[in-house]
Amino acid sequence: MKIIERMNANPTQEIKTSKKKAHLSKGITGVLFASPWLIGLFLFYLIPLIVSIYFSFTSYSILQPGEFIGLQNYQELLSDNLFLKSISNTIYFAVFYVPLSIIFGVGLAMLLNMKIKGMTIYRTLFFLPTLVPHVAIAVLWMWLLNPGFGLINGFLDMIGISGPSWLGSEKWSKPSLIFMSLWGIGQSVVIYLAGLGDISNDYYEAAEIDGANWFQRTFHITIPLLTPVIFYNLVMGVIGAFQQFTLPYTLTQGQGKPANSLTFYVMYLYDNGFKYFRMGYASAMAWILFVVIMILTVLIFWSSKRWVHYQGK
Amino acid sequence: MNPTMLKRWKHSLGHLVLIAASAFFIIPFIWMVSTSLKPIEQVFTFPPEWIPKPFAWENYLKAVDYIPFWKYLINTTVITILSTLGVVLSCPLVAYSFAKLKWRGRNLLFAATLAVMMIPGQVTMIPLFLIFNQLGMVGTSLPLIIPQFFGVPFYIFLLRQFFLGLPDSLREAAKMDGASEWRIYWQIMLPLAKPAVLAVGLFQLMASWTDFLGPLLYLTNEDSYTLSLALQQFQSKQGSEWSLMMAVSTIMTVPIIILFFFLQKTFIKGITFSGIKG
Repeated sequence: MKIIERMNANPTQEIKTSKKKAHLSKGITGVLFASPWLIGLFLFYLIPLIVSIYFSFTSYSILQPGEFIGLQNYQELLSDNLFLKSISNTIYFAVFYVPLSIIFGVGLAMLLNMKIKGMTIYRTLFFLPTLVPHVAIAVLWMWLLNPGFGLINGFLDMIGISGPSWLGSEKWSKPSLIFMSLWGIGQSVVIYLAGLGDISNDYYEAAEIDGANWFQRTFHITIPLLTPVIFYNLVMGVIGAFQQFTLPYTLTQGQGKPANSLTFYVMYLYDNGFKYFRMGYASAMAWILFVVIMILTVLIFWSSKRWVHYQGK
Repeated sequence: MNPTMLKRWKHSLGHLVLIAASAFFIIPFIWMVSTSLKPIEQVFTFPPEWIPKPFAWENYLKAVDYIPFWKYLINTTVITILSTLGVVLSCPLVAYSFAKLKWRGRNLLFAATLAVMMIPGQVTMIPLFLIFNQLGMVGTSLPLIIPQFFGVPFYIFLLRQFFLGLPDSLREAAKMDGASEWRIYWQIMLPLAKPAVLAVGLFQLMASWTDFLGPLLYLTNEDSYTLSLALQQFQSKQGSEWSLMMAVSTIMTVPIIILFFFLQKTFIKGITFSGIKG
């Protein structure tokens, strides 16, 4: 035994060092493979992130270096009426759009989940709008909602209702935007459909034996088991609603008209940064947005324990 | 009522509801195409002519003439192809490293990747603009292409999930045969990840083709405009040329629809994967 141990003493050590080398070279390969992102993470994310915090405390503009002004940007924002208006517009949109998109999304997905003929055609039809570029969606809906010659007011006229001027009206501009945003919910419908497909048939069979009706099956099986997917779409919906930009910008040529009723948060941020070149001010806005989105996400995650149900748990 | 009758009733009712709901989604679409083909005197008539008589194909020629369409098409295509190439080259490589290779700091770096995924683009937008401005790249399409070659966190995350699902046995077998890590990745793992890479490529392709904020920020020179930007500019200058604007909108949408019909499964799987696993 001892002899063998002695004989082995050297080789094991060699194996150890070669193993260490292999481990080291493996480590290097891993880093090498990840190296594009190592550079990208610092160059395009972390450095701009830190610079952006710093900017938010300065009067920086691309035209002049600016100086450190502490919390002045943040203080000024609190009394900036357009800033407050952009917040209320954004919240208005989020409060109506997100729940509506979930209700319609789930409803449509349930419709599209029926076992009847020609379903692939229906599914394709619902998905088509999501393939239209945002700028084109905006232009198309400006045409549909045109007060004088648009299709929608034309139809309303036919049934004796004189339609509002939609995007031209302070009262109707945001509902119009919500309406056209709902047109593009095909992507979340696809996710809901996948969620519906994942619900085990056992539940429905058991419910059938117990004599549950459609209403009971929907509200006691389908919806509860769909909550993980609803949760995902809720988080994404809220984040997206707060970052709304392309549609209102195109609809209003960047002006948020009428009467700033379509000036959304990111539009005002863009204006400050790239129209007025108040980049410090805009950075402060960006950080407020970041913090708000984070708080909302955390709140949704925290609340999810109460209402999100996972299958088999 | 007997069960088969009831079933038939249910199905007809289902079709009815579905057709009504589909109308909301398909009519605006048909309206876009229909308007794009209307002679000017039919654009403003009501009740509407759904099928233009005669088809005014010349609207498309006019629209293409009105803006330097071909130039913008080439600009958009170049940006789309190069940024997609960047994503397809960089993201699977990084994702594979996160999923299958062991190295110091890997988990920390992955946590950082997840963290930056949460940062709204607006936060980094201004410093990034200034960096590209310093480099003299504002006014060119480079700022819309270069970052993609260094990886996009969301895509890296999705691909990592996919690679995690692939068995280690293949990798180990190849290693026994003395294949290098690069060969294992390039010849074994990457081909296996093809569906996921295709989905991610498709996401980027759509994102670049339809992007508006990026071009708005960086393409300050009219010669470098993309189609999205051109359509928006066209709209703000010639807001009443509806048939021409619908023609440009249709032209922008058709390539995506063609792509969708060829890659329908990838589209749907990609969205589902990001929704369920994300």
